[in-house]
Amino acid sequence: MSATETKVLEGSEQGFATTRLDALLGWARKYSLFNYPFVTACCGMEFMAVSSPRYDFARFGAEAPRFSPRQSDLLWVVGTISQRQAPILKRIYEQMMEPRWVMAFGTCASCGGFYDNYTTVPGIDKIIPCDVYVPGCPPRPEAVFDGLLLIQDKIASGVRKPSVVKPRQDPATDLVQINTPPKPEKKKKKKDEANGEDA
Amino acid sequence: MSKLALEKLQAKFGDKVFETHSQCGDDTAVVSPDAWHAAALFLRDDPALDFDLFVDLCAVDYPLRENGRFEVVLHLYSTTKRHRVRLKARVGDLEGDAAEIDTLTDVWSGAGWLERETFDMMGVVFRGHPDLRRILMYPEFEGHPLRKDYPAQQTQPLVPYRTEEEAGMVLEKVAPFGGDEGMAFGRKWFERGARS
Repeated sequence: MSATETKVLEGSEQGFATTRLDALLGWARKYSLFNYPFVTACCGMEFMAVSSPRYDFARFGAEAPRFSPRQSDLLWVVGTISQRQAPILKRIYEQMMEPRWVMAFGTCASCGGFYDNYTTVPGIDKIIPCDVYVPGCPPRPEAVFDGLLLIQDKIASGVRKPSVVKPRQDPATDLVQINTPPKPEKKKKKKDEANGEDA
Repeated sequence: MSKLALEKLQAKFGDKVFETHSQCGDDTAVVSPDAWHAAALFLRDDPALDFDLFVDLCAVDYPLRENGRFEVVLHLYSTTKRHRVRLKARVGDLEGDAAEIDTLTDVWSGAGWLERETFDMMGVVFRGHPDLRRILMYPEFEGHPLRKDYPAQQTQPLVPYRTEEEAGMVLEKVAPFGGDEGMAFGRKWFERGARS
């Protein structure tokens, strides 16, 4: 057996590598995520897009959906959580085995979205701990991938601080471009043109 | 459009029909709550009207109206004659009490769930309904959320929210709307105390 075939971890040219046990476990876990999709609303359409062949999150090792929370590592909360569903979600989370991770998929799961009313939980972190927030209404599959990679980084590093997927392009930059040039400059230009015509 | 349904209602019920309105093919009749069930039955069974399709039933809250704060609205359609009518009745006092009206479940059985929804959201009680429970909100919910005096931001969680100590992080995020935005009419009304 050649050295390349026995490669287990990066940098093992000699057929063996040293590592810490928790790092090894984290490396193993992050590429074999068992998902529990808790799909309640329209974000489920985008979840289907992410899991189906065109985008295909199986490429990142998050292949197997498990429809029992006892067998799963990663809880995807996809869609609006109403007050009536909150006990169900909490129960599902409590049934999951440690270690477990939670992703809030979409704006409603992250903060309640525009449902600022009597019936909606304003973010699942009011009920259960949440590791990664993916904003968007619904988020594009690319944003979900960013969230999945963030989860994998967290699993590998063991850090449990919650984090948010940032937009790949900040929409605010476009607004600035549209609004330029500012008004005072326009007036000056007009005066200059007028002078030029007079001359 | 013809005002056939309105004329027939007025001929049959006389003073019990408080007012009628007809514009752009929308015929509306406001009837007394005691005539509610009889009027519905008449509209269904009269051969010239034949309103066989129960379309919708809901209620509107007019919080400042002294007599009849809630307006129960019924929409009907006839699949054979192809005409529509809208029937209204005003119930309840300023406090939202005594909002009672007869059920229509024995006229159109499809009225069952819509009457439950109207009861859940507005608190209008339908006398004789076989199973008048909440249909959208949970049984523990107190009050009726679509009434104008229900505070727009008041929630009634079934699961107690995590405390910030338990979570180890700030849970209070920036709301999508500021205090003076989104459903502003409801909040201003509530702050001003429109009943005074």
